[in-house]
Amino acid sequence: MRRFILFIPLAIFVGMGLFLWKGLQLDPTELPSALLDKPLPVFELPSLLDPERKVTEADLKGEVALVNVWATWCPSCKAEHAQLNRIKAEGYKVIGINYKDEREKADTWLKKYLNPYALNIFDDKGSLGLDLGVYGAPETYVIDANGIIRYKHVGVVDQQVWGSLKGIMDQLKSDKQVLSQ
Amino acid sequence: MRYLVALIVIFIPLSVFAAIDTFEFKDDATRERFNELTFELRCPKCQNQNLQDSNSPIAADLRNEVYKMVQDGKDNNEIKDFLVARYGEFVLYNPPVNETTYILWYGPFGLVVIGIIVLIAVSRKRKRSDQEDDSETHLNNDEAERLNDILGKGEQK
Repeated sequence: MRRFILFIPLAIFVGMGLFLWKGLQLDPTELPSALLDKPLPVFELPSLLDPERKVTEADLKGEVALVNVWATWCPSCKAEHAQLNRIKAEGYKVIGINYKDEREKADTWLKKYLNPYALNIFDDKGSLGLDLGVYGAPETYVIDANGIIRYKHVGVVDQQVWGSLKGIMDQLKSDKQVLSQ
Repeated sequence: MRYLVALIVIFIPLSVFAAIDTFEFKDDATRERFNELTFELRCPKCQNQNLQDSNSPIAADLRNEVYKMVQDGKDNNEIKDFLVARYGEFVLYNPPVNETTYILWYGPFGLVVIGIIVLIAVSRKRKRSDQEDDSETHLNNDEAERLNDILGKGEQK
């Protein structure tokens, strides 16, 4: 019995060690989105490429899509742009939110690096970004056909991240087919 | 004079840490409330700064939102709810008591209780073993004689 008690500090130490080691693997900058499983916020903003056209949350419904928050002032957005182009080429819908940017710069950017976005929302004041809880571009959301936010990724979408996003999108697409049958 | 210079040198760098905005408040109570809220709300981008201290663009935006809301006369809870709905409970430096935060709020008390229990257990045990040890540290007659014997031999040499 006495011997056993002597091992308690070791057990506590190992327990704490495991706990803290696990903590090291976590990314503290990744916050859970408060909007998960909630519908897109209500908004009415102009389209980036067609200033006359007003876009609302209704325009984003109907299809499982990626919603990508980007800006020309954001270096990581440039890093992920090629990946977004590949995602478009794979036949997935990508919607852009041009966040606190200038229309002309964004326009040039899309001409220069190709345009992966089916639709681009021009959010120069960042009001939609605020309602979405955006705290730093790039951020990417997965929305389902009803415009419900199903997933949020903060940071660059690279090949690996796209792998998991793709899985989520495919899942949502097949769920939808089951429901409509 | 030297002291004055020293004081200036000491205090000037401190003022640089605070982000500077020029907000005009309708009255002092509103200003007070704004300061209170921005002190208590956490910047989502920079993690360990509140909205008041942070220079990040998102913090400036949120300060603006908070400013607009206090000017509109919204109460503190409405303003906090507005931010929590968008950024999650992460933005509250003073987290609410609910299932996910029970351990945060009550954990320390639990640890104190465990500590007290261990302390009591250890001191009781020590008291008991002190009493038991009496019989071990006191020599019985045989042992005393043998000890004297050994010591006696040492003295003779």
